[in-house]
Formats: sequence, structure tokens, C-alpha cells
Amino acid sequence: MLKLKKEHYDEIVKHCVAGLPNEACGLIAGTIDGDVKQIEKIYLLTNIDKSREHFSMDPKEQLAAVKDARANHYTMLGNFHSHPESPSRPSEEDKRLAYDSTAEYLILSLQEENHPVLKAFGVDKEKNVTVHEIEII
Amino acid sequence: MTITVAGNKKEYEEGLTVAALIEKEDVENAAYVTVTLNDDFVEKDNFETTVLKEGDVVEFLYFMGGGAR
Repeated sequence: MLKLKKEHYDEIVKHCVAGLPNEACGLIAGTIDGDVKQIEKIYLLTNIDKSREHFSMDPKEQLAAVKDARANHYTMLGNFHSHPESPSRPSEEDKRLAYDSTAEYLILSLQEENHPVLKAFGVDKEKNVTVHEIEII
Repeated sequence: MTITVAGNKKEYEEGLTVAALIEKEDVENAAYVTVTLNDDFVEKDNFETTVLKEGDVVEFLYFMGGGAR
């Protein structure tokens, strides 16, 4: 179970809408207590691909986020990115580039105007995808 | 020598290269890892020749990307 504060959800949506027509991306950090992952901080990163079909995070921003999360005693829980024109599910490329089987991969679909759909996924080493529950609090 | 790897202080022998550190740290999917040394990005071509020294700070960053197709 992934717990996401409403303010952070709004931040993700705002960042992804602002990034249109391109994909937007970011990192999520927080705490882990048993099966519950609580997101405590969102990092809004630059998609250096500047593409509506691809994203790559800016490594310098990624480094800064990792250091900030550590300074705040948070664990880097995973990342998020948007699908401007497709559903909220990992593409073949998303799966291929999911190198961390413990990470949460959040995808925000903006396919339907004014109806963002955020889902979380796990991708194991064999590239099997599991849908993870998100509770917005 | 003492170096800091992903925020943790570690003891390693002198003369350790970035490439050797990646092996010793059992970094998964090493081909997709970016390395920073004291906040500077190390080119992959230089992993074998970059020798670490006392007090160095190393971070491993996974490439994070994807696509809609």
C-alpha cells in the first residue's frame, strides 16, 4: 500500500499538466513501515528528452533529490511520470527501463482531459507488472 | 581508506577503481548506473581508470526513463 498526501497528488498533477504536451517526471521519497510506503516528499524533475513519448530524468536533479532525501532520512521510494496520450500502465519501454524491482513506478495518464488517472506499479526482475494500491490521504 | 558510498562510510583497499567498486558493491544492472564522484559525474569510459582515494564520496544513480510505447 502506497500512501500519498492530497497535496502531493495535486503537485504531481500540476507538474505533469504543466509539462504537456510532453511527458513529465519526478521522484518520490518517504518512509516504509511494513507493507505501507508513505510518500513524504515529491521531487519535480526535468524530462531532458522533451518528448511526448519518452522521458529521461535530469541526472543532476536526480542526484540532488537523492541527497536531499537522505538528509531528511527518507528512503527513495520510486518515481512518477506522465502518459499524455495513453493509459496509466507501464509501456514496454517503461518495463524494460525499470531496473529496480523494489521501486514504485507511478504513472499519471492525462489521456482524458480533466480526468487524470494515477496508478502505481511494481516491476519485478522478470518484468512482470503488479498493480499497487494508492491511498490518497 | 574510508570512502562514502551511497551515504554509507566503507573501508576499502587503496587503489580501488570505480569499476572495481561497482563489482564489490554488487550493483545490479551496472550498465545502467551513473556514478558521481564528489558530485562530479564520471564518464563510463573512465570507470576502469578512475582510482578512488581517502574521503571520496560516491553515489550510484540508476538511469530513470521510459516511454509511452
